[in-house]
Amino acid sequence: MKTAVLVFPGSNCDHDAYHALKHVIGVDAGFVWHKQSSLEGFDAVVIPGGFTYGDYLRTGAMAKLSPVMAAVRRFAEGGGPVIGICNGFQILLESGLLPGAMIVNESLRFVCDYVHLKAETGRTPFTAGIAPGTILKIPVAHYQGNYYADDGTLDALEKKGQVVFRYCAPSGNVTPEANPNGSARNIAGICNEEGNVLGMMPHPERCAEAQLGSADGRRLFDAMVAWLKEKGK
Amino acid sequence: MKEKPVTLELAKEHGLTAEEFDRVRAILGRDPNFTELGIFSVMWSEHCSYKSSRIHLKKFPTRGPRVLQGPGENAGVVDIGDGLAVSFKMESHNHPSFIEPYQGAATGVGGILRDVFTMGARPIASLDSLRFGRPDHPRTRYLVTGVVAGIAGYGNCIGVPTVGGEVYFDECYDGNILVNAFTLGVVKTEAIWRGYASGVGNPVIYVGSKTGRDGIHGATMASGEFDEKSEEKRPTVQVGDPFTEKLLLEACLELMRTDAIVGIQDMGAAGLTSSSFEMASRAGTGFTMDLDLVPQREEGMIPYELMLSESQERMLLVAKRGREDEVRAIFEKWDLDASVIGEVTGDGVARIRWRGKTVAEIPVAPVTDQAPVYDRPAARPEGQDALQQGFDPASLPAPSDLADTWLRLMSCPEMADKKWVFRQYDHMIRTNTLVLPGSDAAVLRVKGTRKGIALSVDCNSRYCFLDPYVGGMIAVIESARNVACSGAEPIGLTDCLNFGNPEKPEIMWQFRSAIEGMAKACEAIGVPVVSGNVSFYNETMGKGIHPTPTVAMVGLLEDAGTRLVQWFGAPGDAVFLAGADRLGIDLGGSLYLKEIHGKVAGTPPPVDLAHEKRLQGFLGAAAAEGALSSAHDLAEGGFACALAECCITGPEGPIGAKVVNPFPDAVRPDFAMFSESQGAVLLSCPPGKRGALLDLAGRFRITIKELGKVGGEHIDIEGVATVRAADLQKGWREGFAKALGLEG
Repeated sequence: MKTAVLVFPGSNCDHDAYHALKHVIGVDAGFVWHKQSSLEGFDAVVIPGGFTYGDYLRTGAMAKLSPVMAAVRRFAEGGGPVIGICNGFQILLESGLLPGAMIVNESLRFVCDYVHLKAETGRTPFTAGIAPGTILKIPVAHYQGNYYADDGTLDALEKKGQVVFRYCAPSGNVTPEANPNGSARNIAGICNEEGNVLGMMPHPERCAEAQLGSADGRRLFDAMVAWLKEKGK
Repeated sequence: MKEKPVTLELAKEHGLTAEEFDRVRAILGRDPNFTELGIFSVMWSEHCSYKSSRIHLKKFPTRGPRVLQGPGENAGVVDIGDGLAVSFKMESHNHPSFIEPYQGAATGVGGILRDVFTMGARPIASLDSLRFGRPDHPRTRYLVTGVVAGIAGYGNCIGVPTVGGEVYFDECYDGNILVNAFTLGVVKTEAIWRGYASGVGNPVIYVGSKTGRDGIHGATMASGEFDEKSEEKRPTVQVGDPFTEKLLLEACLELMRTDAIVGIQDMGAAGLTSSSFEMASRAGTGFTMDLDLVPQREEGMIPYELMLSESQERMLLVAKRGREDEVRAIFEKWDLDASVIGEVTGDGVARIRWRGKTVAEIPVAPVTDQAPVYDRPAARPEGQDALQQGFDPASLPAPSDLADTWLRLMSCPEMADKKWVFRQYDHMIRTNTLVLPGSDAAVLRVKGTRKGIALSVDCNSRYCFLDPYVGGMIAVIESARNVACSGAEPIGLTDCLNFGNPEKPEIMWQFRSAIEGMAKACEAIGVPVVSGNVSFYNETMGKGIHPTPTVAMVGLLEDAGTRLVQWFGAPGDAVFLAGADRLGIDLGGSLYLKEIHGKVAGTPPPVDLAHEKRLQGFLGAAAAEGALSSAHDLAEGGFACALAECCITGPEGPIGAKVVNPFPDAVRPDFAMFSESQGAVLLSCPPGKRGALLDLAGRFRITIKELGKVGGEHIDIEGVATVRAADLQKGWREGFAKALGLEG
């Protein structure tokens, strides 16, 4: 079992994702440079956070053009698990692998803080075994994490069970106060119709060890490993 | 830009004195041309030459068993054992940040990051010390918003966490804010790089961003006072590109893993000029440089502009001859320019060519060796005695409601929660931050080891204003105590010495006194100064700031698992006060005196250096033994504010405490609550560890007194004042945004 951590110019959570996978979870991991056009030999893909190409254009708009993204598309179409975190989520949106877009936080300020998430579905490889309604404490760190989609798209996402995480209060209530960035319907993470591609703004790789303030992020990677094992990987 | 004929007048416009201009002529044996004048003017600017500060900086202890690199390089390096070292430095970006807060602060962060990764270190954490004018000054909100966004914009993008710092407000900074940026990196001891241009025939290679006209004479701007025309200097502020710096960082670290280079230096202040001259000077060599080969993003730049540009995200390196292609390949991978622009020569002369002609020919060594050094006159300001004797505690009206006074102090912008600021900084990236911003010191783990690094930046400039010698000592001692409160041993410091115009004797007196106080404290606690920066001319319209020698202290925890935080842990823990040997009497320079009574006067609390050293040992031993749940030092706002902080600053919501008045003999209860002292810490101790704690206090000869217990909804100093912890927390949380009129 081997996981790929993509590296674009400006990726900066690549080392953190690698550390969480390799040294905390104990699964083999390797960096994949964005100019590579193959994901041969990898069983899961992590698109880490960062500021690819400085976010000088729309977030993710340049990174989606890198050769590796064609490989990610093929990998996803083959049912392989893909998780895009923060800037990785933004790249997935720009690539059209997930619907919607990101705009600047409602506060117009960068926000780095712990938030609470309500898990809504166990259908993704990263949430399999996490019961809907489970509350996770995971940090966010972004300037453009205000998820936007038109009402039709949002309705469809909800109807098809593609909303994976919502921002919530520690109690689990989904409230406007618990929303750190103004995201539509408090959405923090979504998946594709098939469920194998997950995009989320919060950073599970930052809270995979209790000494960092929370180990809840580890549950997503543990779920991924269990899911892959079940597939005989 | 057009070249101008060189005259004494022009030299003076460049900030050179008549004597300095004569010295230039003597070194060259002729009149300098325009380009050469530019080179000398920046190399001999206060900012680059340290001409007014050099003789005083020598007073700092800079050596120690852990010191691998002291001052004089891009950053200092201190051994932390197991083949690893930390490299760190702090630098000011005051003037640019006042003119253009976002870019000024952003490029301050960019510059200090380059200084650290130039040494071969991977940056893992930054801190910032920020000082603004009074909160209701018309420009303050704009400056705070811009500076914080600039630090966030740069640090977050490059992916180095900003894990702490300080934010102060005082009217002395109305016309001259301070932005001091610190970065620390981790490096293997056998892989430290330095700025040496050695090896005759080796290629000099320019890497990174292209050169433009931005920042020309930034170093000279930083070497003069501000006046009403300072706004016009906006074009001398550089523009930052953190994305390019991220690429540069990765490319440089990748290159350093090869052995293709011999030396490397950041192009910071005075750009191509200072990097090339300093590298050659250290190695005792010369160099040739062909300016046509410098990557340029503007047309028609003349040699003067190319040599003086402070365009960001550039480095100069010297590679081994024949290894140029390896260097190019790595930079090509990261989409960056790498251009061989010259070579190292053995004759000690810098020869700079442009369009086929020699445009500058300067012997390297005299530019640095014969740079002017001044022992400027120093004199104690006339009003200093009056300032120190300027108030009589007995004449202060006693507050009618002590609980209300307590709340006012906790919610004033100096004390209030700075979450509005640090929430904008990514303080968790790289997943090393074990103690997040908001405690006495931030603590980071060092991956692959059990070690932790504790960081704190501190300076009480009111104390320094009232007595720069004692204030300088306190800046060192208090930052060391902050680090010790996290359980760490202080192992090295870097400083940013922010002062007014050194040509004024009273400013020079402040500077000299502060340095002597700092040096004395460093020696007493055995902590070396390994890097630093001097920022003079922090004056606008002739009015200087308070002397502000900011200290960033680095501490080492052998086992990061023993780290402490400042907030109380659990109900039932016992509360102790240790080291409070002077009881409730020192009000000079206190926050209480300023915020409640509107006075900055008196003398700062005295310092007992031997006690401080023992206190640090005691805290380290108590942390290692697990005898403490928390430790927090008494600082601004005295005992009552320290106690409040222990109760309300933790991430898990407020917690109460019930304690006796530790200073029952104080003349007045407000003095007991808010007088300030050095060397005192508030501790909480888990049940069952009381005996161990008292044993340790005895062993280190630290006075200790049990005051009460953690728990309940109220913070109660029995018989003196009581507040609901939640009320105090609310005021503390809202105070910052409220005072500045910011959205929460």
